[in-house]
Amino acid sequence: MTQLGHYDSIIIGAGHNGLVCAAYLARAGQRVLLLEASDSVGGLASSREFHPGFKAPVAHSVNHFSKSIAVELGLKAHGLVIDVGSVPCVGLSPEGKHVFLNGAELRGVSDDEREAYARYSRQLQRFARALEPFWLKTIPRIGPNKLGDMLTFGHMGLNLRRLGKADLREFLRVFSLPMRDLMDENFDSDILKSLLSWDGLIGSKMAPRSPNNAVLTLLYRMVGTTMSGGVGALVSALEAAATAAGAEIRTDARVQRIRVSGSASGLRATGVELGNGEVFEADWVVSSADPQTTFLSLIGVENLEIDFTNRIKRLRCKGYVAKLHLALNSSPTFGGIEDSGGRMIIAPDLDSIEFAFDDAKYGRWSEHPVMEITLPSVHDASLAPPDQHVLSAHVMFVPYDLQGGWNEATRDALSERIIDTIERYAPGIRQTVVGRELLTPADLEHAFGVTGGHWHHTEMALDQMLMMRPTYEAAQYATPIPGLYLCGAGCHPGGDLTGAPGHNAAHEILK
Amino acid sequence: MNKADPYAGERLLESPFHPRQAPLNLREAWSAWNGYRFAECYYDAEYEYFCVRNACATYDISPMQKYIISGGDSEAMLNRMVTRDVTKLKENRVTYVVWCNDQGRMVDDGTIFKLASDRFMLTCGSSCVAWLKMSAFGFADVSCEDVSDKIAALSFQGPTTCAVLKRMGLDGIETAKPYDIRHFPFGRGPLMVSRTGFTGDLGYELWIDPALALELWDRLYAIGADYGIQPYGEAATNMARLEAGFIMPGMEFNEALKTVHLEHDHTPFELNLGWLVDFNKPHFNGRSALLAEKQRGPKYVLTRLDIEGNKPAEHSWLYGNKRCTKEIGYVTSAMWSPAAKANIALAMIRSEHLKGEIWAFIDYAKELRQYSKIARCTVKDKPFWAPGRARATPPADF
Ligand SMILES: Cc1cc2nc3c(=O)[nH]c(=O)nc-3n(C[C@H](O)[C@H](O)[C@H](O)COP(=O)(O)OP(=O)(O)OC[C@H]3O[C@@H](n4cnc5c(N)ncnc54)[C@H](O)[C@@H]3O)c2cc1C
Repeated sequence: MTQLGHYDSIIIGAGHNGLVCAAYLARAGQRVLLLEASDSVGGLASSREFHPGFKAPVAHSVNHFSKSIAVELGLKAHGLVIDVGSVPCVGLSPEGKHVFLNGAELRGVSDDEREAYARYSRQLQRFARALEPFWLKTIPRIGPNKLGDMLTFGHMGLNLRRLGKADLREFLRVFSLPMRDLMDENFDSDILKSLLSWDGLIGSKMAPRSPNNAVLTLLYRMVGTTMSGGVGALVSALEAAATAAGAEIRTDARVQRIRVSGSASGLRATGVELGNGEVFEADWVVSSADPQTTFLSLIGVENLEIDFTNRIKRLRCKGYVAKLHLALNSSPTFGGIEDSGGRMIIAPDLDSIEFAFDDAKYGRWSEHPVMEITLPSVHDASLAPPDQHVLSAHVMFVPYDLQGGWNEATRDALSERIIDTIERYAPGIRQTVVGRELLTPADLEHAFGVTGGHWHHTEMALDQMLMMRPTYEAAQYATPIPGLYLCGAGCHPGGDLTGAPGHNAAHEILK
Repeated sequence: MNKADPYAGERLLESPFHPRQAPLNLREAWSAWNGYRFAECYYDAEYEYFCVRNACATYDISPMQKYIISGGDSEAMLNRMVTRDVTKLKENRVTYVVWCNDQGRMVDDGTIFKLASDRFMLTCGSSCVAWLKMSAFGFADVSCEDVSDKIAALSFQGPTTCAVLKRMGLDGIETAKPYDIRHFPFGRGPLMVSRTGFTGDLGYELWIDPALALELWDRLYAIGADYGIQPYGEAATNMARLEAGFIMPGMEFNEALKTVHLEHDHTPFELNLGWLVDFNKPHFNGRSALLAEKQRGPKYVLTRLDIEGNKPAEHSWLYGNKRCTKEIGYVTSAMWSPAAKANIALAMIRSEHLKGEIWAFIDYAKELRQYSKIARCTVKDKPFWAPGRARATPPADF
């Protein structure tokens, strides 16, 4: 049935979603080829050497990978321990009055505030659980629907209804609320507000005062599972699962063009062509590259409809998060922190986030950068030489288009500013820095082939979510070109290390 | 603001031919087209119509929208935009095209002139800049320039036109076949002539630098004097095009990008323009929607009707029975056709009723009194008016 050189599916990009999709398809008996442009798998989650002996993944923490995917793909058998408990999170205070959050446990705030948090988090948990099933489902298109689609809509309605009248009303009230309003309604502590807002905002072009999907993003990030060994362990387990299922992985294989052939019934994707001219044919071509890359450069507009093309063009793809990697020759000490294995947030209050956003909006970086720090080498010793460490910082609101452009000088200036900021909380850290790398959104675009260097491949916002992600007519993983599917972060439900887009796409292909 | 005229920005512009046309507009019957002052008629619409059919006449198409699409990807860009296969168009040839949105609904119709392998002129009735820009996005080497104001154009139509052009010194014009383009030197610049038009008769369209417009007019009218030359306006155009069975925006169809209500726009199949949709081409905008429609059959079909009696059926409802209880469509344009000696109409009829009886409920007025009549309609498969001379090459000399 399958002649040599002909695959059932070819997957473009071996990011975590490409790996998940490949594993599912191969397990269903398909002959699968995974083609990855770079020299290693993992995409934004791959660990790259940025200084001799020091490696870091861009995505530095796994805190809501889909548990059912982990179980179905048997990631345990490939060395992964799941459900290791929540990732501790600390809101760093310039005065040393840090706020510690670990699951339900909250320290460093008043009793009142703790109670308020318990109430708040119980309600949000209920919302998050009501939404949870839909991150692993195709959201039906608006239009003539099949029975299965109607069931999904029905299920959604039922789940919301099951929340009960009080919760449902409250859900409808808060889901598009600016983070700031939700925080001000519930809490007093500035550090706590920043800490709890963080997951609603990071990765999006969204400040505390922006109404849109911040609360939904937060709920999206409240489900799923954690795992041991960090991002590297997840990527290795996924790679092993895909290969074990029979998927073939080729690195250093950049797809130049998706081959499209025409007949009386129209166009169809029939395979791919690499930069070196090699051609592979398949019944399904599945792209985990971002939607703009997939359609505008791999398919080409001459094969697409005009309105559709312009909706792809309009996708908001400019990233607002920069990455700083520091190679440290010793274990860093953050004042007042004993366990540095979690996430540390530097954002003294919500205004500090808002103002950083304002700067980025107008093409500048903030003199007071806000950021999330982790030490990935704490969980993955392979990232640094013995007793040395890697510090990874997600710096929020660094523009893709810097006024005047990015160059060595502007990059250095921003790196210095970030290190100064960290130094306030970890005095002496500067002396231990032996190497560093700053990846602006423009650098991320260049290094990872993601348009705009965007965290979610394209903005997660109400107009680009659910049956509109990335845009209607391509939101059910199938695209206007028969045989071409999407499976990356640009699809529902969106970015982060969840595996959901890869899983959902495979499900659609196997239908 | 202009002190002399506070409404300067609001006033209609004048075409390069205006200085000659204005004195000839005996009725001062002006309307507007794309912001230009534009003649509804000059003297009498029927008279002008007869000049078109029996002698020769000029119609100012300068206000038409004209775009130069150029660059290595211009052919690919146009080929994806329109439903016809542009790759088959030869240099110095013109083709009539329509283009649709993603849903296969017609955005507009127009003509493409292939000027060189990588240079085309697209003309259409109303501005298409936004759609062109959207259509060009993503093609590396294509530029779209709006040259509407940079080219003056006259449609020159009627049986004696070729004779006039020949006498003007356009050597070999008689060998130009329908849809051919020819280039001639004229004064200080080039004159482009295409054997095209909107009357269904022998005719040409003359394209020239606005600076040379009056010189062209004067030459044409000097020589045309012996051949019955006369300017004609919108009203006569509308008569001639209806006899030829050509569609008019705002009458037969609405531009899809300008309609608000669902399906108040049209597909090429509904407009009986299926012959312009080339499914041998693997992709063009709206293809999959149009393929589905082709298989399903269009809801309505634009149909030529011969209606008994002599009362023009303008704005009439159509019925499938004489009692007029079963409504099946509506008339889009209607007139008494002098050339066909028939009461003709174009009408949108629901496809499933095309084979049955068709009755028009016609309202008309006589000396301020309203009357109505119910008239039997017959479907005409052929154009009402398609004289052999429209296609004859060389055309007859006079
Ligand atoms: C700065 C930053 C920090 C982040 N931090 C976190 C975090 O801490 N936790 C978290 O959960 N999420 C984080 N994210 C988000 C997360 O990394 C992404 O949403 C996720 O990795 C997307 O996975 P993917 O498989 O869909 O795409 P990607 O990881 O982008 O993978 C796509 C793959 O396709 C390949 N590719 C592209 N074009 C071609 C081509 N033409 N031919 C062949 N291959 C091609 C690329 O090389 C890449 O390997 C972060 C994102 C950013 C930008």
